[in-house]
Amino acid sequence: MGKTIAEKIFDTHLVEKPFDDTFVVKLDRVFCHEITTPIAITDLEARGKDRVFDPTKIKAVIDHVTPSKDSKTAEQSKILRDWARRHAIKDFFDVGRNGVCHAIFPESGFVRPGFTLIMGDSHTCTHGAFGAFAAGVGTTDLEVGILKGVCSFKTPKTIKFELTGKLQPGVYAKDVILFVIGQIGVNGATNCVMEFTGTIIDEMSMESRMTLCNMAIEAGGTSGICYPDMVTVDYLWPHISNEYESKEAALKDFSQWKSDEDAVYEKVYKFDLSSLEPMVTFGYKPDQVKTVREMEGTPVDQIYIGSCTNGRIEDLRIAAQILKGNKISDTVRCVLSPATPKIYKAALKEGLIDIFMDAGVCVTNPTCGACLGMSNGVLANGEVCASTTNRNFNGRMGKGGMVHLMSPASAAATAITGKITQSPLFKGAK
Amino acid sequence: MKDFSGKVLFLDRSDINTDEIIPAKYLTEITKAALKPYVLEDLKLDGFDPKKDIEDKKVIITRENFGCGSSREHAPWALEVNNIYTVVAVNFARIFRQNMYNCGMLAINMDAAVIDDMFANFSEKETFAAIDTEKNTITLKADNTEKVYAFKLEGFDKALIDSDGWVGYADMKY
Repeated sequence: MGKTIAEKIFDTHLVEKPFDDTFVVKLDRVFCHEITTPIAITDLEARGKDRVFDPTKIKAVIDHVTPSKDSKTAEQSKILRDWARRHAIKDFFDVGRNGVCHAIFPESGFVRPGFTLIMGDSHTCTHGAFGAFAAGVGTTDLEVGILKGVCSFKTPKTIKFELTGKLQPGVYAKDVILFVIGQIGVNGATNCVMEFTGTIIDEMSMESRMTLCNMAIEAGGTSGICYPDMVTVDYLWPHISNEYESKEAALKDFSQWKSDEDAVYEKVYKFDLSSLEPMVTFGYKPDQVKTVREMEGTPVDQIYIGSCTNGRIEDLRIAAQILKGNKISDTVRCVLSPATPKIYKAALKEGLIDIFMDAGVCVTNPTCGACLGMSNGVLANGEVCASTTNRNFNGRMGKGGMVHLMSPASAAATAITGKITQSPLFKGAK
Repeated sequence: MKDFSGKVLFLDRSDINTDEIIPAKYLTEITKAALKPYVLEDLKLDGFDPKKDIEDKKVIITRENFGCGSSREHAPWALEVNNIYTVVAVNFARIFRQNMYNCGMLAINMDAAVIDDMFANFSEKETFAAIDTEKNTITLKADNTEKVYAFKLEGFDKALIDSDGWVGYADMKY
């Protein structure tokens, strides 16, 4: 019987199976941010166990509220910063050098095919785009990960998504994942790895694969996962060129991380996405999805472009392509946060920031803030936001606020009119 | 081990997410106790008043996919500091369920038909749940009605409850 990629990763990282359905696995990476890690740190201190299993495998960033907005968030940052220094965690990204965790960690080459990694953040599933098993966990799992370098999981069941066809111009990974979640529901992949394969994935950039895997958790998925290929090698090459003789050699090594032909799946879904249109959410759950066409004309108060879902350079390029030479509507404000300093600098160099500022967009530093209503773009009661983020829960971006999730293209088009608007890059339904 | 038994809060909705259980703006607190006043503050459920309806409740009975969304352990903590140590549902989001057991709290899965039966017989009444983690039963009592429901607590879940959570367990073994 063949194995899935997730099963292969578990087998190679197995510490023990204390019970039939429980795997304790060794971790290659433990990622940390300033919201969920400080309580793990203070708890370890209180237990007299202020230690880390391996400072080179722990990476930490301040990203949710940065720079600190008040005394409480300053304290959270301080706890993380002091701890990183105390334990000689070299890869700690402090204010100014920091970006959204699920953008800056992969950008820094910290994720490799076949890795296991956890973080106290549900969107950790993003890193599965590299052919890794990457799971969001709570503070207690994080605490044990920091201390012992292990984590427990149930037997990894996998749902396979064969996504075939060719996306129309103006349709993106965000539209694909919103469509998939709309099909299977917010409970559709609970306790399962979501494995994405097919021609649609083959043609996606790493950035797009990250967008796709990022929202696996919105269907309840433990990790998203894509097979590594030459796109993966190209993305990682600056970080691995001293480990492999050639890109071909790297590809050969990475190619062990794919599912066998006769692997056993919990379910297999097949979708031909050739006629997929831009998608948008309409309610308070990420599976409440319609086409942008159906939602056109819905007024909004704010547009947000950024986050671990859609704050990467290709997202900014698409938004700039639409905003170039235009002004955003007087009825709205648009907040944009490049996900990392590197992305911010690239956007500056390419002239994208000029385009945004000329259009009347507020460009902020890299941060998660607005996505979860913590800072840098919180909604007022009754306000509506067109957002490139991943959650439209009640009050998510501010108490009493509502969120419509969409791609950067749809968000940029919406900023110009102040109402949900079809992207000009989409030439119409087939 | 905690005393899990107590009055029941019925939440007749699926997909209650962790932002509804504890909104992100309170994640800047660095003690669990500080979360107490805010539990279920943003729950979208007709007629629900978090200020009144939570008082003296110790057990939540709800529908499907409870605790979906964010990984924040602040969600179980916000329940814990309000003395709610048990949630009974058809199923849970993976991270939330694991967080509950990691904290030595119960997330009990029941078939949809059993949950339907609980709602049909008890949700309109003031109900007490007696939870026995030796016999693995929940006994619901209201007025003259009393019904016993069996649940599963075994393997790793049971080991976590018995070792005071994952930190204690892992520290002993790894």
